[in-house]
Amino acid sequence: MPTFVDPNACNTCEGEDKGPLCVYICPNDLMKLEGDKGFNQEPNLCSECYACVKLCPTEAIHVRGYADFIPLGAEVQPRRVELGLTWTVRFRDGEVLEFTYPSRTKPVGSSIPYDGFTEDPIADLRGQTLAGESIWLGVDNLPTFVSNA
Amino acid sequence: MSLPNTETIECDLLIIGGGMSGCGAAFESKYWSGDMKVVMVEKAVIERSGATGEGLSAINCYMGQRYGWNTPEEFVKYVVNDMMGLAREDLVYDVGRHVDSSVHLLEEWGLPIWKKDNGDYERIGRWQIPIHGESIKPITAEPARKAIGQENIYERVNITHLLTDANDPQRIAGAIGFGVRENKFYVFKAKAVLITCGGASNVFRPRSINEGMGRTWYSVFATGAAYGLMIPIGTEMTQMEHRFVPTRFKDGYGPVGMWFQYFGAKITNSKGEDYTVTREAELHKYKPYGLVVPTPTPLRNHQMFLDIKDGLGPMYMGTDKAMQKIAGGDPKKMRKVKEEAWEDFLDMTISQALTWASQDIRPELTPSEVVLAEPYIMGSHSGESGAWVSGPEDLAPPDYFWGYNKMTTIKGLFAAGDGVGAAPHKFSSGSFTEGRLAAKAAVNFLNDNPEDSILNDGQVASLRDKIWAPLERFEKHKGASTAEEINPHYLTPYQALVRLQKIMDEYAGGTSAWYTTNKPTLERGIQLIELLREDLNKLAARDRHELMRCWEVVHRTWVGESHMRHLLHREETRWPGYYYRSDFPDLDDSKWRVFVNSRFDSETNEWELFTKPYINLIK
Repeated sequence: MPTFVDPNACNTCEGEDKGPLCVYICPNDLMKLEGDKGFNQEPNLCSECYACVKLCPTEAIHVRGYADFIPLGAEVQPRRVELGLTWTVRFRDGEVLEFTYPSRTKPVGSSIPYDGFTEDPIADLRGQTLAGESIWLGVDNLPTFVSNA
Repeated sequence: MSLPNTETIECDLLIIGGGMSGCGAAFESKYWSGDMKVVMVEKAVIERSGATGEGLSAINCYMGQRYGWNTPEEFVKYVVNDMMGLAREDLVYDVGRHVDSSVHLLEEWGLPIWKKDNGDYERIGRWQIPIHGESIKPITAEPARKAIGQENIYERVNITHLLTDANDPQRIAGAIGFGVRENKFYVFKAKAVLITCGGASNVFRPRSINEGMGRTWYSVFATGAAYGLMIPIGTEMTQMEHRFVPTRFKDGYGPVGMWFQYFGAKITNSKGEDYTVTREAELHKYKPYGLVVPTPTPLRNHQMFLDIKDGLGPMYMGTDKAMQKIAGGDPKKMRKVKEEAWEDFLDMTISQALTWASQDIRPELTPSEVVLAEPYIMGSHSGESGAWVSGPEDLAPPDYFWGYNKMTTIKGLFAAGDGVGAAPHKFSSGSFTEGRLAAKAAVNFLNDNPEDSILNDGQVASLRDKIWAPLERFEKHKGASTAEEINPHYLTPYQALVRLQKIMDEYAGGTSAWYTTNKPTLERGIQLIELLREDLNKLAARDRHELMRCWEVVHRTWVGESHMRHLLHREETRWPGYYYRSDFPDLDDSKWRVFVNSRFDSETNEWELFTKPYINLIK
């Protein structure tokens, strides 16, 4: 069972607008509530993507690696930190490594979709330029080629 | 059980799928579309849906035009050679010339890209730049969500079928599906539809068949919907015989690109031999492609495959030697390279990190097994299956142009990402870019074709019955057996999936068949898949979660059948290392440097297979 829920730690995300966050986020619709706890209903289609593990506010979700090829005893567990993640990697023989990596340079919610774009939505519609390329393409002119055909 | 209510949503442009291509399309469309209504529908939640939902450790399609690294022309030459001579140069160039703007935008929105001391992007290969990409998908999704508005995004809705116009079956009219979390049908009536759904994992029997079936190389959420939606309405498809067989770290399928290109590691067999050296002569059999640097991906697979077939495995990536060489005995340097090595997996394929930890593999001390995985059918990475689409106005020759960039042969139906055939090596950034290009073209189409599409009420009604039938079938027949899973009246979606995988593995050149097939084997496989397609009318579902699985296996079966029919048509072995036709073992440029295309006719249940020319455009 790739992800599993520690029943003592799961509080079903009480008070969360989106409901239980593992149920909300799972890209493969695997997590649901069984009784009053989170539950992976189809472990053989879990890709161990960790979307639920990363989002769980009580760190109740863990991964027991695929029985097909992952021997028991190791663990890889993330913890969100500001603009990044800290990973704890515990080997089967007990050694522990810790790594912290950035995952974004700006806070969630800070993007501004068309900030400063200069293309004219009417005059430039028939041309080949995409929105914002006058700023973001990195070269002055959109390349084209002389066809061999 | 009575049918649930139907919510009908009318819009100008419907984007199906919220992965990289879909988010690019949503973002781009609203800049140009004025008052038009753009709607996106997604099976999951766009912050973590699609192939990049888990994260990425590199962007693999970046020209670096501002640094003078590459031109789009060079990109086209590289891609065409890697595909053994077959890719649409207009489509590949189109992605190449625009893709840098997408990468720079992603950085602006908060994607951390590795930098050199002088502030330039770091590089791991000619087209590849390393990123701290754990959050690439939420970073991409946010401006898409803001652009089209929360009220226009329908999540947890599984689209099962496209709808065609009541007066013209060759014109798109919308799509239909159901709420995975709500008891409800959704009908989207649209003047243009853009398919940005995924390619197909789990069509072939995977090497890990129990829990590990979820640890496919390509996303397990990629159920072939791009093809399963387009094929049944008669969309012309191309290169559906193509497949990608990734060489990856064994079982966890962790990426190898960084190890080859950045750390400089080599793979050796059990005798310590390097197949790129010992099998060099093999490349001469596949001229001119085999002699170009870099060696095409399928030929590198082929060289390794010959070692494995000769019993020279296991194959090991020399992570230990590579890391020790980089560190040169300096503990500080070793700490840095260890951090980079583990991040490569933790950013995008966490199971591979768990595989290492569980087997006490320390990459700086222990080499790590690699393997050739099961085949995948897709159009965005190193695969080139998908719809046959029009090229851009300014680049496409007449044979490749019919009005609007990325429009399929169905009027008003556009595609991007895995949905577009013969345009590979897009990866995340190129798929996002192709979504943008398709969306802009769709806005032009909508300006030129403002008339409403007309839903075919009979088609909608019969599809509603059909979509819901597995739930009704279960209720009707469950009493015939004391075991829910074993019932003479139905198949569960999991049982159908396993049947599909067995057929594909044994008849279409999967791992157990050493990637090899021939005409009689394919013909037998097609007979069996036709029986499966009939049995798919007897799928049963206990709840809407299983109902989603039912329609996923229907989509995957369309992919499998299409793949086999294309394999049968192409009488050569163009991509050794991906598959072998034992009856036509050679590459034959004189006859087969052409695209294999197909069209399914739902009226007659017949497939038409034919070829389209490869046209060289770049000198």
